[in-house]
Amino acid sequence: MMKHRAIDYVLLVVGLLVVWQICHELVGEYALTSPLATFAYAAKELGDAHFWNNAGASALALLYALIIAMVGGLAIGLALGLNRLAGDVADPMLITLFSVPKVTLYPVILLVFGLGLSAKVAFGALHGIFPVAIFTLNGIRKINPIYVKASRSLNLSRSRTIFTVLLPAALPEIVSGLRVGFAATILGTLIGEMFAATEGLGFMLIKAIDENNVELLMSLTLFLFLVAATANGILLAIDHRLHRRSAAAA
Amino acid sequence: MNVLSQTSAAEHSLEEGARGAKAPHVHLKGVTRIYPAVANNPEVHALASTDLDLPQGSFFSLIGPSGCGKSTLLDIVAGLASPTEGTVMFEGKRIEGRPPEGVGVVFQEDSSFPWLTVWNNVAFGLRRKRIDKAEMAKRVDAILAFTGLSDFAQAYPAQLSGGMRQRVCIARTLVLQPRLILLDEPFGALDQQTRLLMGDELLRIWRETGATIMMITHSLDEAAMLADHVGVMSARPGKFIEIIETGWPRDRTSEIVSEARFGSITAHMWSLLREESQKAMKAR
Repeated sequence: MMKHRAIDYVLLVVGLLVVWQICHELVGEYALTSPLATFAYAAKELGDAHFWNNAGASALALLYALIIAMVGGLAIGLALGLNRLAGDVADPMLITLFSVPKVTLYPVILLVFGLGLSAKVAFGALHGIFPVAIFTLNGIRKINPIYVKASRSLNLSRSRTIFTVLLPAALPEIVSGLRVGFAATILGTLIGEMFAATEGLGFMLIKAIDENNVELLMSLTLFLFLVAATANGILLAIDHRLHRRSAAAA
Repeated sequence: MNVLSQTSAAEHSLEEGARGAKAPHVHLKGVTRIYPAVANNPEVHALASTDLDLPQGSFFSLIGPSGCGKSTLLDIVAGLASPTEGTVMFEGKRIEGRPPEGVGVVFQEDSSFPWLTVWNNVAFGLRRKRIDKAEMAKRVDAILAFTGLSDFAQAYPAQLSGGMRQRVCIARTLVLQPRLILLDEPFGALDQQTRLLMGDELLRIWRETGATIMMITHSLDEAAMLADHVGVMSARPGKFIEIIETGWPRDRTSEIVSEARFGSITAHMWSLLREESQKAMKAR
């Protein structure tokens, strides 16, 4: 079983590399560097302090944005999930807001927060907070009412019910929300850096485009892809485990 | 065995409360429940004025057509719902909208927590109390052994059968040493054979803990086999048509189903219920 999985992953990676190489052959060195050249350039970049300064700036912005998106999303989802009427009213609004292209709000954010860290964080958090809130809200609403009745019969206080019954019961959904929220937050933070920032990987990307430095562009993309895929893979594994555990009880 | 230690404690409290006079363990007087009209639905008179006394350590079964207010009555005794009128007393204290200490509830639906192991499910209610770890472990292990779950302590409910999961719920209630156990069709989702075995199990628990039991069931057989007294309820608004005394010995088992009297008790119940069930069916 595990062996099959490992082979699947190897095949996937090899397949992606082959497709990459073919695309490179088709469009040429100036649009898409070859895998080999990209890895070589990326290895060089990884030894460069300039790269790490920017990566650090992005990581810091991402961290702040993630904290805001996750804590804020959880709080909003929990509050709306616990109050049925508020949840019914807010649910369609949240979904509408989630589907609004947030780039349209970027000018406003820039005016409010100015250039720099806080604008990036705000933009990242704006992307991530909705999925976390929506998944948490639905997770809380989908809880089997028998768990609530059981906790009442055990005479639990409200806060104890929330922390020992409602949150664990909704945890599989919440983790799905965190996973989607994480991806959205990375996206938001990078876009924020690309449009208006003075440092960060998004800023490096846009500069590489200006300077027509395809090798750097590809290296950065590769690096971001690997980071995002790894984080997503870990969260997905947790997600699957939690859903499997509660599956038979549903 | 500390599993059983509650009996004497319960007797104590009863003695102190009642001073020799045989006060009932549970006492209902004029308990009524009306669900108010909501939107287009008219008000529902779920429970007509109901009186009931349960002696300490008795086994009472509630039977009646669907929607007759059985669950409403049980929820009121459990403190999960409030009566529109009337009072419920448990050990001489009034129950009102809050589950009293010493009352345990087991529901028909599987209410075991899927995110906790069997051990942690059983320990769940104890964590709220300030009990040291060693004492808690001792009590949980004793109850797991008592309910035959020791081998599954580290399993998750999803890995167990329906009957075993219901056992987890019963163990979670028993570990708190309830003096009154309320069961709302606890074996309703189980197959007939498992039901009979779980019924035997429940009789054993009842005998060894000395708790008072009030149980709702849909099954005439189950009611006749398990209870000292069977309360037969009418269609909505629910009230007791008759309370049948079964007269079984305390150390009975499911084998009494082969006795002639068992047949006559169930037959009598059905003669009372047939018309009521038809009324309930038409009302839907």
